[in-house]
Amino acid sequence: MARIAGVDIPREKRVEVALTYIYGIGLSTAQKILQQTSVNPDTRVRDLTEDQVNRLRELIDRRHKVEGDLRREVALNIKRLIEIGSYRGLRHRRNLPVRGQRTKTNARARRGPKRTVGARRKK
Amino acid sequence: MSRSVKKGPYVEARLLGRVQEMNKRNEKRIVKTWSRASVIFPDFIGHTVAVYNGRKHVPVYVTENMVGHRFGEFAPTRTFRGHVKSDRSSAPR
Repeated sequence: MARIAGVDIPREKRVEVALTYIYGIGLSTAQKILQQTSVNPDTRVRDLTEDQVNRLRELIDRRHKVEGDLRREVALNIKRLIEIGSYRGLRHRRNLPVRGQRTKTNARARRGPKRTVGARRKK
Repeated sequence: MSRSVKKGPYVEARLLGRVQEMNKRNEKRIVKTWSRASVIFPDFIGHTVAVYNGRKHVPVYVTENMVGHRFGEFAPTRTFRGHVKSDRSSAPR
């Protein structure tokens, strides 16, 4: 059972893909890691030797910010924006898109499911 | 496209000059500025800068965390007080 960077146990998949199950490692980072540790990206996780697993684990521990640490960093960055009262912080506070996207339509990922607001009735 | 590193961050020369002058003399006065695009330099820390938002100057107290941001980010230009409440219940047909 391969346990890399804390709790992630991706198995039965090609290492290249399995590594992307770790928060902070995408496909390109995974490929880079495998190249640096000279592990064939096509081997299944269950077929990895103990030595290979250790090499991967060590490289990720030393060179990459993943999982909890990374999540904390992101959260702190957002908290900073909120605390200094910047425009981006305000957008985070209200859960609206931060980078100037339109909100007349779309922006559903940030705003969640649609809630219809009734139109004002004519007097 | 992002700004060339060679040029360094943008800041209105007059604004930076004034603040540096104040730092030298150890005074603290509010400086008005219209230059929302100016980047906040470390020299600005502890000063209050009144940033124009199109209507009036919004006082912004500069802290260490703000360095690298632009003044405009701290003076919102839009006023939004929410949408009109629907009065479906109060106004029957």
